[in-house]
Amino acid sequence: MGMTMIERILARKAGLAQVSAGQTVVCEVDMTVMIDLQFATAWTPPLRINDPDKVAVVMDHAVPAPSVHDAAGGTRARAFARDFGIARFYDVGRHGICHQVIAENGLARPGEILACTDSHTCAAGAYNTAARGLGPAEIYSILCTGSTWFQVAPTVRYEFTGTRPAAVSGKDVFLHIAGVYGDATNQNLEYGGPGLASIPMSDRRTIATQGAEISADFSTFPADELCRDFIERHSPGGAPFTAADPDPDAVYAAVRTVDLDTLVPQVARPGTVSRNSFPVTEIERRKVDQCFIGSCANGQLEDLAVAAAIVRGRTVAPGVRLLVTPASQQVYRDALRAGYLQDLADAGAVVTNSTCGACFGYHMGLLAPGEVCLTSSTRNFTGRMGSPDAEIYMASPATVAASALTGYVTDPRTELN
Amino acid sequence: MDTLLTGRVWVVGDSVTTDAMYPAFAMKLPVPEAARHIFYELRPGWTEQVGPGDIVVAGRNFGLGSSRPVAALFRELGVAALVAEEFNSLFLRNAINHGLPALTVPGATAAFADGDTARLDFAEGWIENTATGTRLPGGALPPMVLEILAAGGILPKLAREGYIAPPTTGPHRS
Ligand code: SF4
Repeated sequence: MGMTMIERILARKAGLAQVSAGQTVVCEVDMTVMIDLQFATAWTPPLRINDPDKVAVVMDHAVPAPSVHDAAGGTRARAFARDFGIARFYDVGRHGICHQVIAENGLARPGEILACTDSHTCAAGAYNTAARGLGPAEIYSILCTGSTWFQVAPTVRYEFTGTRPAAVSGKDVFLHIAGVYGDATNQNLEYGGPGLASIPMSDRRTIATQGAEISADFSTFPADELCRDFIERHSPGGAPFTAADPDPDAVYAAVRTVDLDTLVPQVARPGTVSRNSFPVTEIERRKVDQCFIGSCANGQLEDLAVAAAIVRGRTVAPGVRLLVTPASQQVYRDALRAGYLQDLADAGAVVTNSTCGACFGYHMGLLAPGEVCLTSSTRNFTGRMGSPDAEIYMASPATVAASALTGYVTDPRTELN
Repeated sequence: MDTLLTGRVWVVGDSVTTDAMYPAFAMKLPVPEAARHIFYELRPGWTEQVGPGDIVVAGRNFGLGSSRPVAALFRELGVAALVAEEFNSLFLRNAINHGLPALTVPGATAAFADGDTARLDFAEGWIENTATGTRLPGGALPPMVLEILAAGGILPKLAREGYIAPPTTGPHRS
């Protein structure tokens, strides 16, 4: 019986010839990534760890520290990195949202397993990595022992056909899938097909990241030429890897075809993306108070480039706040050099430091009761970005940028020049 | 390990997210205080009513969302087990890792109302409404998972294996 992409990786790392859905397996983990929040609440250093070379620590969710509580977490993270010889320590200054840092530094490799204390770790599936978020206690356990267990879930495969239209981004592709097919609870997602070549790596990462919003376990892409180029650029001369391709006779819970040619920009209405995302043309003319471009899903350089192109030489509508958060310090510097941040700030955007911040309503850009936000971040749950009485719509960076100019939810195709 | 539990039931609906159970503002608080904000929007005042040994019964896709250790908050309130028609897998793992039994039982929310008494066995995989006699089968937990529960969670297990200094004052109270 053939295996899906994810089954192949899990089998390899469990030392088994074959695994299939329903099985519980113990796997070696190739890279474990810890985030700042893990150190903020009652952290106790372990007595010994498995392997410091298989660990990274990323300061991302609350940096620079917005509270003494978080600052003390930073102290503990630094001590841990020093005492245990963690070379891959991304402290404030070389920091960024962990999933961006993982991508930029080649921590996610095809055919390998990556674990991280954040639920959007499935992002690294864009690089053919079996990556998923695990709770802080479990990450601690992997740090110590080097392995963990997985229950192999059934896989749903999405086959892309056609070519992605210019105004359609990875966000739109994902929202289309979430809107039409709904939740994938306790399922793995696998992407492929001839249309994939028209979906750049940045968009693949958006799609992989947001698997979390439909409750999927893993979301994985194949290591095609684009992917291999990306890996080579971000870890030149890195050790060779063995990518995981699905078998032709792999068993899927479902195989669904997405015709990219027919897609248009999408918007999710407040609360959830699942069966709640629609073509922008069907969305009510909604006045927005805050527009947010950022997060691990859509704070990439490519996202900032699109937003800058839309707002260049224009002005954010009166009464609208446009917040832009680059996904990492590296993205910040690249976007600065490319002039994107200048364009955004000139148009009236507030460009912030790279952090999770507004995305999870923790330490900046919170929403007041009764406000409406249009976000390109990951979650539109009630209360996610501040008041539970605020409404959060979700769309691509292009749609968010276009809407910031007009003051209401706007089809970016009307603002693209 | 005793895998049979009896407790008072609280029923919640479908797709309850981790943001609804462990809101961002509560992440700045110590665990005992943070625990007072579970369901802060969904069921204001619930944390005053829930007591040790109680069982939470939820609908589909329970625990969708982030990796924040919600299970630690439920343990803090004395909740003895979580039952759901369907769990988000990350949330299920977090419960197990914090020593909180989590049983998947299709149809569970229809069989219970707030205040009912439930009996369940998470090794055998069933739950029963003691008043109505309705008994529903659930997904029994695999032996590997029962081992973690028997140890009281993953951190006590690591302490026993010599990775953390005993007594367990691990990174997160369990
Ligand atoms: S940017 Fe948002 S979704 Fe991404 S890791 Fe940070 S808080 Fe989570």
